[in-house]
Amino acid sequence: MDLTIFLALLQDGLVYGSIYAILAMAIILVFSVTRIVLFFGGELIVFSSLTMTALLSGSTPRILLLLGAICVLTAVHSVFRIRPLTVRGALVILARELGYPAAICVAGVVLAPLRMGPLACALLTLAIVIPLGPAIYRLAFRPIAQSSVLTLMMAAMGAHLVLTGAGLYVFGSDGVRTPAYLSGGVNLFGQAVPWQSILVVVVSLAILVGLWFFSTRTRQGKALRASAMNPRGARLMGISTDASGQAAFALAAAICAAAGILLAPLSTIYYDSGFIIGLKGFVAAIFGGLAYYPTALVVSIFVGLTEGFASFWASTFKEVIVFTLILPALFWISARALHSEEHA
Amino acid sequence: MTAARKYAAVALGCAAVLCLPLLGIPTSWITLMVYIGLAALVTVGLVILTGVGGMTSFAQAAFVGISAYTTAYLTTRYGLSPWLTLPLCMLATGVCALVIGLATVPLGGHFLSIATIAWGVSVYYLFGTVEAFGLNNGITGVPAIAVGGFEFKETRSFFYLVWPAVGLALLASSNLLSSRVGRAIRALHGQAELARACGVDTMRVKLTVFVFAAVLASVSGWLFAHFQRVVTPTSFSLEAGLEYLLMAVIGGSGHLYGALAGSAAVVILRGQLEGVLNGLFNLTGNYEVIVLGALLIAILHAAPDGIWSVVRRFCRLPAPRVPEGSTAPDVSPAAQPERGTPVLTIDGITKRFGGLVVVNDLSFQVRAGEILGLIGPNGAGKSTTFNIISGALYPEHGSVTFLGDRLSGRSPEYAARRGVARTFQHARLVPGMSVLENVALGAHRRGKHGALRAMLRMNVAEELEIFGLATRQLERLGLSSIMHRHAASLSLGEARLVEIARALALDPLLLMLDEPAAGLRHGEKQALAEKLRALREQGITVLLVEHDMGFLMSLVNRLVVLNFGTKIAEGLPCDIRQDRAVQVAYLGEAIGA
Repeated sequence: MDLTIFLALLQDGLVYGSIYAILAMAIILVFSVTRIVLFFGGELIVFSSLTMTALLSGSTPRILLLLGAICVLTAVHSVFRIRPLTVRGALVILARELGYPAAICVAGVVLAPLRMGPLACALLTLAIVIPLGPAIYRLAFRPIAQSSVLTLMMAAMGAHLVLTGAGLYVFGSDGVRTPAYLSGGVNLFGQAVPWQSILVVVVSLAILVGLWFFSTRTRQGKALRASAMNPRGARLMGISTDASGQAAFALAAAICAAAGILLAPLSTIYYDSGFIIGLKGFVAAIFGGLAYYPTALVVSIFVGLTEGFASFWASTFKEVIVFTLILPALFWISARALHSEEHA
Repeated sequence: MTAARKYAAVALGCAAVLCLPLLGIPTSWITLMVYIGLAALVTVGLVILTGVGGMTSFAQAAFVGISAYTTAYLTTRYGLSPWLTLPLCMLATGVCALVIGLATVPLGGHFLSIATIAWGVSVYYLFGTVEAFGLNNGITGVPAIAVGGFEFKETRSFFYLVWPAVGLALLASSNLLSSRVGRAIRALHGQAELARACGVDTMRVKLTVFVFAAVLASVSGWLFAHFQRVVTPTSFSLEAGLEYLLMAVIGGSGHLYGALAGSAAVVILRGQLEGVLNGLFNLTGNYEVIVLGALLIAILHAAPDGIWSVVRRFCRLPAPRVPEGSTAPDVSPAAQPERGTPVLTIDGITKRFGGLVVVNDLSFQVRAGEILGLIGPNGAGKSTTFNIISGALYPEHGSVTFLGDRLSGRSPEYAARRGVARTFQHARLVPGMSVLENVALGAHRRGKHGALRAMLRMNVAEELEIFGLATRQLERLGLSSIMHRHAASLSLGEARLVEIARALALDPLLLMLDEPAAGLRHGEKQALAEKLRALREQGITVLLVEHDMGFLMSLVNRLVVLNFGTKIAEGLPCDIRQDRAVQVAYLGEAIGA
């Protein structure tokens, strides 16, 4: 392997690593606030990629059907939760819950054939994918929000199955790849780095910084952190854990949507590519103890790099190598944990 | 229901299940039942591992795969008999589980799950990339299992291999759970610290469960390979592993029979959905997965504790049997050291948390046959001292010596083994067990038999002995009437007494009580003091951390007073009462002067 290839692989690893990193952030955010393991983050990423591709090619994304279906179900669910059930109350709820999705659906149908530029398409994709997050939370998790982590994890797996199946229906089984948003590149250390790669890294960094700013500097962010650290205490202070859960899911969906938009031009994406992507983000998140962002960040980059180099040396064994390399890292953590326990 | 009627019911149920293939049931249903049985074998292990032991594993499918590939490879390549490969499969899977377990079980929690994911995915991709394993096409032409000239080729005959195996697995598992090792397993989830204080080597117990679940999975894998006659990687993917976990949770991860309910629910849903949906909507494609996912969420909403607990409530099944007390004599009670000799020597221990010195150069002695009180205002370092003695924390300097043996720097289970028994500031009992079983957990060290003997029920005499010991401790503290109650239903006062009974079941040379009177009513405190005096008469040494001065002054022989981690006084209760430093610490400068 010469230096050029090394640098190319390094670049690839960093690009994928940053995508895993922001996914890991979404997983940690959701887990710390709701104790739900976001198994379907990968699906949201893939949905976002495929929506972006559809919009760029000027076709109306069929994900609007999915959005509509989920939001109608959620609204009906909410209607049956109100006591006493009155026609007026029901209409108010329906209007409140269905107004936004209906507007988005109309916008999607009207705007899609216009073949808008990447930026407008990205904004529309975000607007479509983000409401999926809170809707899924209300439909699948809110009624069992107090259950054990294991039960919640299994419900998340159910959501993963539903989304995968729906993905096949909505997007079909063909893989797609979008042309790069930005052409050209810049020469760094004798290595041509496309603007596209720089875009991914820069946007990921911006998301990380934004998330940090949100959670440490804003009122809503602090409320979210309070719910994460001490749900009961937060409730006593007037912070609704339900609202926090929905907010966490909305944020996570936004992060995943952004990751999906970034991923779309990088590789060919199928409706079921989400699982393995989600798994790698999950691995990084768990290394951070589902709580500690910096570790998850470093591990994400490590996973991306391992993947990059493994695909060069032994492409058929790529996944084996990535997931096997996690084991020694775990053993190292394990040994360290035992060691520090002795001196605790 | 009496025991005899219960056994009759179980026997009748088994017979009914075994008769099923003889009735005119369509083969497709028998096939479904075979798959339910195969899944149930794995899920039973998972119920013990995850539901009872609290270790979430995503990799059970990988263990099934290791076994299936082992037998497929050996039978097709070397022509070995399947009966010969069965023990080899169990061995191979067990060894893999042991190696993986040794490295990952110490992590516990999330790290354990991630390790199983990583390992499960690796094994899956490995099956698909190794040339000798036929890449993605897998290994074909696996021979059928044969006995004499008869080959278990047909579904109906294979049924008779699978379901007896499930029955045996259930029997072995329930024997295991009701044994000495089983009580330790049941304490792992959430009460590991308590288990260690009872002398349980939790690492070893966790490994045992991990390997046991893997071996059950290996039996399923062996059967699977010889039923399908072909093995491909897809059967052992991470999704398959998730599905096993799903079965355990849907069924009710805390109950063995939940494994049956969960396997049946998931396998039937999976198998039947496609046909039903095609009939209803005339759709083509993979849409049953949507309905499957939605149904799973719906089941979890309707029965968050699993299907089995709903079945139990609906059919009014009796609660699981609670073990009876026993009158078996104690064969080897420990000899108490001679009254007045030093038992425990604390020599200059110091402990810091960050920059804060919690215990500072503390030294004192506990002598045999006395009750020593350790007192001090809040934050004086009493509990930290307590945890250092019991091995839960390590001091930075100094040493703890117990009967000439260094305790500091060892583990809580070592201290327990040497005869140091403790209670906890917030009473800790295993909520899913009866009072008697909780006390029997304290007698863990009095037994020797391991998991294998427990599964084969070769531990009856020892169990009687342990329960005899536990029964006597409960009688000793006047708790016989609540022996069969659930630990979760006890009042705080009762729970504290049960904790003391559990500590006594260890047959301790030193009894360490952490605020035993906190939260008790006046009458209960007096009764407790009376019981502690009686224990002292019997020669047991007691170290007591307490706040309640009235309770202490009339009870203890000597007092050690701590303030800000430093010993400020030591002596007889009447002297301590007059001590100026103590008065300042407790009541402030003005009154002390």
